[in-house]
Amino acid sequence: MHIVICIKQVPDSAQIRVHPVTNTIMRQGVPTIINPYDLFALEEALRLRDAYDGEVTVLTMGPPMAEDALRKALGYGADRAVLLTDRYFAGSDTLATSYALSQAIAKVGETFGTPDIVFTGKQTIDGDTAQVGPGIAKRLDLLQLTYVAKIASLDLDQREIKVERRSEGGTQMLKSRLPCLITMLEGTNEIRRGSLVDALCAARSQVLKWSAADAGIDDLTRCGLRGSPTVVKRVFAPATRAEKAAQIDTTEKALRDIADELIAAIFTRQPALEHELAFNGGA
Amino acid sequence: MSTVNRETPRPAAGRAGIKKELPAHFKDYRHVWVFIELERGQVHPVSFELLGEGRKLADKLGVELAGVVIGPPGEATRPAVADAFAYGADLVYIVEAPLLADYRNEPFTKAMTDLVVTHKPEILLLGATTLGRDLAGSVATTLLTGLTADCTELDVDTDGSLAATRPTFGGSLLCTIYTLNYRPQMATVRPRVMPMPQRTDRPAGRVIRHKLSVPEDEIVTKVLGFLPDSQSANANLAYADVVVAGGLGLGSAENLQLVKNLARAIGAEHGCSRPLVQKGWMSADRQIGQTGKTIRPKLYIAAGISGAIQHRVGVEGADLIVAINTDPSAPIFDFAHLGIVTDAIRFLPALTEAFTRRLSPHNRDKLAS
Amino acid sequence: MDMIAEKFDAIVIGAGMSGNAAAYTMASHGLKVLQFERGEYPGSKNVQGAIMYANMLEKIIPDFRDDAPLERHLVEQRLWVMDDTSHTGMHYRSEDFNEAKPNRYTIIRAQFDKWFSRKVRAAGATVLCETTVTELVRDAKDKVVGVRTDRAGGAIFADVVILAEGVSGLLGTRAGLREMPKPQSVALAVKEMHFLPEDVIEQRFGLKGGEGCVIEAVGTISRGMAGLGFLYTNKESISLGIGCLVSDFAATMQSPYALLDALKDHPSIRPLIAGSEVKEYAAHLIPEGGYKAIPQLFGDGWVVVGDAAQLNNAVHREGSNLAMTSGRIAAEAIVQVKRRNGPMTKQNLVLYKTMLNKSFVVKDLKKYKDMPALLHTNSRNFFTTYPQLMSQAAQNFMRVDGTPKIEKEKATAAAMIKARSRWGLVSDAVRLALAWR
Ligand SMILES: Cc1cc2nc3c(=O)[nH]c(=O)nc-3n(C[C@H](O)[C@H](O)[C@H](O)COP(=O)(O)OP(=O)(O)OC[C@H]3O[C@@H](n4cnc5c(N)ncnc54)[C@H](O)[C@@H]3O)c2cc1C
Ligand SMILES: Cc1cc2nc3c(=O)[nH]c(=O)nc-3n(C[C@H](O)[C@H](O)[C@H](O)COP(=O)(O)OP(=O)(O)OC[C@H]3O[C@@H](n4cnc5c(N)ncnc54)[C@H](O)[C@@H]3O)c2cc1C
Ligand SMILES: Nc1ncnc2c1ncn2[C@@H]1O[C@H](COP(=O)(O)O)[C@@H](O)[C@H]1O
Repeated sequence: MHIVICIKQVPDSAQIRVHPVTNTIMRQGVPTIINPYDLFALEEALRLRDAYDGEVTVLTMGPPMAEDALRKALGYGADRAVLLTDRYFAGSDTLATSYALSQAIAKVGETFGTPDIVFTGKQTIDGDTAQVGPGIAKRLDLLQLTYVAKIASLDLDQREIKVERRSEGGTQMLKSRLPCLITMLEGTNEIRRGSLVDALCAARSQVLKWSAADAGIDDLTRCGLRGSPTVVKRVFAPATRAEKAAQIDTTEKALRDIADELIAAIFTRQPALEHELAFNGGA
Repeated sequence: MSTVNRETPRPAAGRAGIKKELPAHFKDYRHVWVFIELERGQVHPVSFELLGEGRKLADKLGVELAGVVIGPPGEATRPAVADAFAYGADLVYIVEAPLLADYRNEPFTKAMTDLVVTHKPEILLLGATTLGRDLAGSVATTLLTGLTADCTELDVDTDGSLAATRPTFGGSLLCTIYTLNYRPQMATVRPRVMPMPQRTDRPAGRVIRHKLSVPEDEIVTKVLGFLPDSQSANANLAYADVVVAGGLGLGSAENLQLVKNLARAIGAEHGCSRPLVQKGWMSADRQIGQTGKTIRPKLYIAAGISGAIQHRVGVEGADLIVAINTDPSAPIFDFAHLGIVTDAIRFLPALTEAFTRRLSPHNRDKLAS
Repeated sequence: MDMIAEKFDAIVIGAGMSGNAAAYTMASHGLKVLQFERGEYPGSKNVQGAIMYANMLEKIIPDFRDDAPLERHLVEQRLWVMDDTSHTGMHYRSEDFNEAKPNRYTIIRAQFDKWFSRKVRAAGATVLCETTVTELVRDAKDKVVGVRTDRAGGAIFADVVILAEGVSGLLGTRAGLREMPKPQSVALAVKEMHFLPEDVIEQRFGLKGGEGCVIEAVGTISRGMAGLGFLYTNKESISLGIGCLVSDFAATMQSPYALLDALKDHPSIRPLIAGSEVKEYAAHLIPEGGYKAIPQLFGDGWVVVGDAAQLNNAVHREGSNLAMTSGRIAAEAIVQVKRRNGPMTKQNLVLYKTMLNKSFVVKDLKKYKDMPALLHTNSRNFFTTYPQLMSQAAQNFMRVDGTPKIEKEKATAAAMIKARSRWGLVSDAVRLALAWR
């Protein structure tokens, strides 16, 4: 069986700061990581590969340095890595990204065998749209299973898959067919630590670098900025609230008095609240 | 929205040349649509929040606001239709078919795209719920149009295009995104990001019905069952009037009891910051923030939470934010309304007690009179 | 788990300055090299001020200036002696440092190490990150023949293992190759990165296009401990830190964080970092034992280089260049042994020690061999009393208040003697001179 998993290299947004004066992102020293949500999908892909005997191809679209992310994925035990990189892809929105990725997946399929399952993460932490997965599914005409919490069963002969899917207010049990695209829910597994052999292979194996042409993309107008219907017109920092919190003075006061003072301040600002709490609250 | 690693985002100037004329075949796309999310007979409240926003956009554009209801024929969709009108819709489109009883991507995408192609809305809004996100991506890709996800602000520009603002880089920045040359302009909005509008009893408007002509056996994915979440009140967190939350400052899982005690005393929901979920101290559905729930309570009490941007974006809609933190320079004091620099572990029990005293039956009687 | 049959010429433990120098040198000479780094990527765990010395790197990668991530080249060095409200000291700045191939650069280790590691890989070495070596593997005759890691999959073998694991050197200690570094021969340095726009930095320090400035400071900032504060200008940030001997921290119960906070708040430092955004906070150990603390450097199947070998010049704050040089020399020795088809035995690897002895590394360390002990035993005087006295003297000198100059000088001398007996002063001066010489 052949599984393709799409990962994205993202700046570790926990460490991103906005420059106070110029309002631009300060990237200096900000490490890049594999989008954390993608690791759940990768682990699931590796588990299926181990259980059903097959291959896992990791795919990313990004700048040349995204190779680091792929190499890391190889270190976790993936079998093959493809980096889709070309200046034509710069400025892609979700629609253009899913177009390029779907073309590349088709090419991966032609070259290394049609994938039975395509995995993506639930969402990225920088784009954060959760749309690229569904976009790829649509373009490749794959059945789409999003927010999958568990793959309950897989029957390769019958081409049948059963999954538990997170939906509003509960879990849906779905039966569907291969090939399909799965976006994996977070917290469903934990990425493994590759063995020494995995690490050695990862350090040595080649990451395939594909340009748009290599991936068989002939319509460049559907890529990058040109292929993106959305346009970012303005980037700005969130407005800061002018006044800071009014502090309740705590010096030399009993906790009890401080608490009373806080409650008084709360009800002064929200007069209706006292009534609501007293009559609907738990007290 | 760019999803490729870019250098520092540039303001619009750098992309000035991009604006083109709207192609002629899109010129007759008009009106604002809101997808009314209906699952198992329940309308998701995010749909009302969207109707509130949609109403404003429609009024600015001088067009109509339509609700879109997709579901099984018969009674099941009736409350959704009534709600749509009550929250401001001028008309409602319904797509009905037995196979639309439970949400599945294939038939819902088909229903929505058919409707769009037939009736040509200029703006289509969906909730950024699991359902909405699943559907929106497929619909946008099918229609080859732009989609701005997780917006925090929607507006109409002077030239009538939708200006959709959303956080980027984990909330450190905001960006305003346009879909200039394609229609409809699609956007999703997370629950609780927009205020809940007033429900008004207005006469029902037009209802336009469609049938989905796809037989069940053409739909591959089958729903085998549904397991509702245990009623751990998690669903209520986003819509609670009062929320008490704890962060890493509480130091241990045991101390979370202090947060729960206070919450119980004042009839609040309890929540937490992300690290607590990662440590397994609280379940994921209690997480508040960018990757958790957005809340809009009347009162939010945060104990031992530093106020990182990812947390901030989830609570900023609260009417009154109270922060308890030992560090006077903690960022949470930048956006809280009331602050106390003190040890939450010692203070929470005192606060719980003081609330209980204040809200006691005795005082309640005084309040009532 | 299965064993890895493949064998390497050399295994390098650590991808810091010394490990990279060693791996690069061996790989470029055609050896089959495997390098382990426990960090997520080379440099991710490394903290350094940091100043990089061009000569030593040139010997390894002559054209490093083409693509290495260098922050600023240094044109100005300030040595400050500080008391609580003032600083006196020396500034040296020269246009001569604006040369075609500058001599010293500030670098950010996280980026620099990554670059260095790319060179190592390009030279043909295999680099495994996120992999911690947990154990040295020995054969029946106690020769080191390979390593075990924290990854599943057993041991992996090589003719020689180079320990370049940095100051804590747990592995070498655990393997009984050397003792744990003593608290009095290790300093703990804490450091913050203060981000500021490029033009602000250049304005504050009077710099232009790529020039850099360094401040090193002693005085009451270390609260009586043997210690040093430092400020390095990077392109868009300032590295600010302070380090003191671990034994002193233990004895005085001072917290390094408090020291750093006080330094940031010092009236001489505060305006230099005003308005900055602090982003990284890091703590790291620096070996300070000097010549006398150098452990056994080689044995059957192993050599140790860099900080792990305590090769660090505390007086001149040079560590990375000794690390790079020791790594290069060890590698060259190994290449020579390999060329003559010699086994990697203790007898053959002594060549590393011989070559190192001839280099500046050991010569410099020998020269300052008494310095660490002196500064340590007399730290109160060197780091509190004298700075205060110097500051008083300077202020006395500067203030124009009608006192005749001759009386001012007398007062200064009297204050000195009062603070520390005449004999004590003389002996400190003599001992300092002897140690520094
Ligand atoms: C992609 C991404 C998504 C994220 N999404 C979210 C999200 O949805 N929600 C979220 O919350 N975080 C999120 N985070 C994490 C976020 O960046 C912060 O790390 C997190 O919010 C910090 O949690 P905290 O405030 O509980 O802990 P800390 O930042 O460690 O703060 C603890 C605070 O407690 C104070 N304190 C200590 N002791 C006491 C005491 N005894 N009494 C009172 N105060 C005390 C301290 O002064 C400090 O301010 C996300 C991060 C990333 C990278
Ligand atoms: C605050 C500070 C400022 C300094 N400033 C300067 C300066 O300005 N100029 C200067 O020349 N020197 C300076 N130094 C000293 C300099 O940083 C060191 O001397 C130099 O980094 C030593 O290089 P190394 O390769 O021996 O060790 P390191 O650079 O510490 O590298 C050791 C590497 O080994 C890895 N490692 C450790 N154990 C294992 C294991 N078991 N398995 C796998 N990997 C392992 C570590 O992760 C690390 O990457 C400074 C030091 C500090 C702390
Ligand atoms: N540039 C990319 N390269 C590969 N996969 C991507 C890329 N962008 C997004 N994805 C995948 O699509 C998922 C959803 O991304 P997003 O729509 O940006 O939230 C991610 O978790 C990835 O699996």
